[in-house]
Amino acid sequence: MKLEMGNIFVKDVVLGEENAFEEGILTVNVQGLRDHLLEDHRIGKVNVDLAKPGESVRIIPVKDVIEPRVKVVGEAKEFPGVTSTMATAGKGRSHVFKNAAVVTTGSIVGFQEGVLDMSGPGAAYSPFSKTLNIIVELEPKKGITQHEHEEAARLAGLKAAAYIGECARNLEPDEIETFEMNSNAVEIVKYPDLPKVVYLEMLITQGLLHDTYIYGLDAKQTLPTLLHPNEVLDGAVVSGNCVAACDKITTYQHLNNSVVKELYKRHGKDLVFLGVVLTNENITLQGKLRSCNMATNIAKHLGADGVIVSEEGYGNPDSDLMLNCKLLEEEGVKTVLITDECAGRDGMSQSLTDASPYAKAIISTGNVSHLVTLPPMEKVIGNEKAIEHLAGGYSGSLLPDGSLECELNAILGCTSEIGYHNVTVKEY
Amino acid sequence: MAEKKVVYYINQFFGNIGGEEKAHIPPEETLGAKGPAMGLEGYLQGEGTVVATIICGDNYYNEHEKDAKKTILEMVKKHEPDLFVAGPAFNAGRYGMACGGVGKMINEELQIPVLSGMYEENPGLEGAKASIHIVRTGNSAATMRKALPKMGEIAKKLLRGEALEEPKKEGIFPQGRRVTVFSDKNGAERAVEMLMKRFREEPFETELNVPVFDRVKAAAAIEDLSKATIALVCTGGILPKGNPDRIESASATKFGKYSIEGLDDFVEDAYETVHGGYDPIYANGDPDRILPLDVLRDFEKEGYIGKVHEYFYTTVGTGTSVMNSQRFGVEIGKQLKEDGVDGVILTST
Repeated sequence: MKLEMGNIFVKDVVLGEENAFEEGILTVNVQGLRDHLLEDHRIGKVNVDLAKPGESVRIIPVKDVIEPRVKVVGEAKEFPGVTSTMATAGKGRSHVFKNAAVVTTGSIVGFQEGVLDMSGPGAAYSPFSKTLNIIVELEPKKGITQHEHEEAARLAGLKAAAYIGECARNLEPDEIETFEMNSNAVEIVKYPDLPKVVYLEMLITQGLLHDTYIYGLDAKQTLPTLLHPNEVLDGAVVSGNCVAACDKITTYQHLNNSVVKELYKRHGKDLVFLGVVLTNENITLQGKLRSCNMATNIAKHLGADGVIVSEEGYGNPDSDLMLNCKLLEEEGVKTVLITDECAGRDGMSQSLTDASPYAKAIISTGNVSHLVTLPPMEKVIGNEKAIEHLAGGYSGSLLPDGSLECELNAILGCTSEIGYHNVTVKEY
Repeated sequence: MAEKKVVYYINQFFGNIGGEEKAHIPPEETLGAKGPAMGLEGYLQGEGTVVATIICGDNYYNEHEKDAKKTILEMVKKHEPDLFVAGPAFNAGRYGMACGGVGKMINEELQIPVLSGMYEENPGLEGAKASIHIVRTGNSAATMRKALPKMGEIAKKLLRGEALEEPKKEGIFPQGRRVTVFSDKNGAERAVEMLMKRFREEPFETELNVPVFDRVKAAAAIEDLSKATIALVCTGGILPKGNPDRIESASATKFGKYSIEGLDDFVEDAYETVHGGYDPIYANGDPDRILPLDVLRDFEKEGYIGKVHEYFYTTVGTGTSVMNSQRFGVEIGKQLKEDGVDGVILTST
């Protein structure tokens, strides 16, 4: 499978009357975008705004982040099975506006949305303080249910990214990245001496605001399944979740999955990358046993010598993480796990709710309960009072001077368990 | 700037009073530095003065811990020290227990930094290391000359109020505090690097040592349910609408206790969940789905159970640290026991 990613580097974003890209400056057609999203009868109001790195801006509550893209060559369009007809992602050519992102906000659906600061100490904790953000603020029509609200907001973000991305169709990319990998049978013969690696990506699948979609199918209803890495990088997986903002995998992070990219980089040099196994995080014991056993069997059957396992969320799925680890290690497959920690505000608590003696190699992406104070920002997009209802916030989180006192839990993308950011934990 | 003051603790041996035959002596106080305190003071290079040295027999401390601590606290408090130092105890067990026990007590009571030194197998280490700073030393007093300069360096930093560096760099035992920091590589790069090390069978360092869990033994079965009082407890965040005690939707720091006297059903108008870790729609539609009060009341009317306890307890499980959970469990369990509850329906989500 071969995918060409045509990267177009955005230097600045402005709001205007038509979509355009010239000399690094992306112009967004505000009215056009608004009209496009209002076609969904569940959405009552759309506001479009901008937030750029270094600005004194806070966005709250953030739902999802999506990279603007367009499919230029290939049968699939953006987000096949979700915003377009099902077809295989990962083939042909896509054009991407790099450094730009659509960020959805608007009235809160649930407890799990996040906060994003574009400057100050909060900015260092979020990878999305470094992107030029096009903020899409959505207000639902009165009377719709929470499930409808969530779906409308999720689709609006994807549609906005595709609408803006369309403008990249006929541009000459600044750079073409080629992702090409043949079938495992061929690649293994090509590199007979290199260790073979599978990426086992756990997806949260626990109901409203805790769902993930694979080609549009709710991953709750799936069995562990094998994808070519290109499919992940090209829109096969989208986020439908607002699990604690710190460690949910936003759609942007699925499209730029850092473990997939790192394994790709080393493919043929240090290792043979056998593919991505997507598995879910069930809420029943039977479901956990089924998915973990089947995921292990796929990895084993593919001939994996090692597996990187990444978790999404914390608490309940710690048990899936540990079970995956145990089953793989028992089969003689070496594992490295990526997780964050719930070590309490003082960092003195044990971090996980389940443990296995097999879990000897763990990457920690931060303590979600680490407390931070985020000084006031000149501009707030959304509603700062929402902090009291976010995971990581509490009654009294909004201080009289406009500062937010909250746990990292609330900060978007901070403790990414696909290792997208650079936060970690040291023991003192 | 006022001169920084240090109070020092040593046993009868290092206080030059005597060996085993003097291990029974109660705490006594000498002004100024004595024994190893003199050595340490030298390494402080004028940044602090040992204003008093307290000497206590090892046996006395271990046999009269409560009295010893009380006396020592009074002796230390009046000096208003900036730092308390004990030992080093090397691998001396009773001395280590005393240094650790006294050190922890002083840290808690006076809220000042405490420094000690021990060998890794000293039994005093485990109970004290979370609250005081303990320098790694050799296993006998023969290594005093190596231990004191290291303790001096740490003591100077503590007196200046400087943050200590990583325990490995400082040569101290980790306190078990998980501190969030930035790395120069992202998590994915670190993960693949670690896997490559495993393939090459090179040493690697996990970023998190997994905890060891204790197992709770199940209580004996209730002999006669028809006489039993049953309580409802949950971690699913069901509570009176409006969340009167402001329990957090994730990473809870408290639990709530609410009366259900005369209540037959958790109706959706009056109860809701604040839990941030699951789809709340069905719980809010009928909170009994999480905490089955309605069914329990039926059982009560039928005489299948004796009665439903008049209070239910609730908190949010998601993201809540194990340490907080243990605290909630102990407190709730104690209250239920005092109220004569025989059994608990404990639901999670």
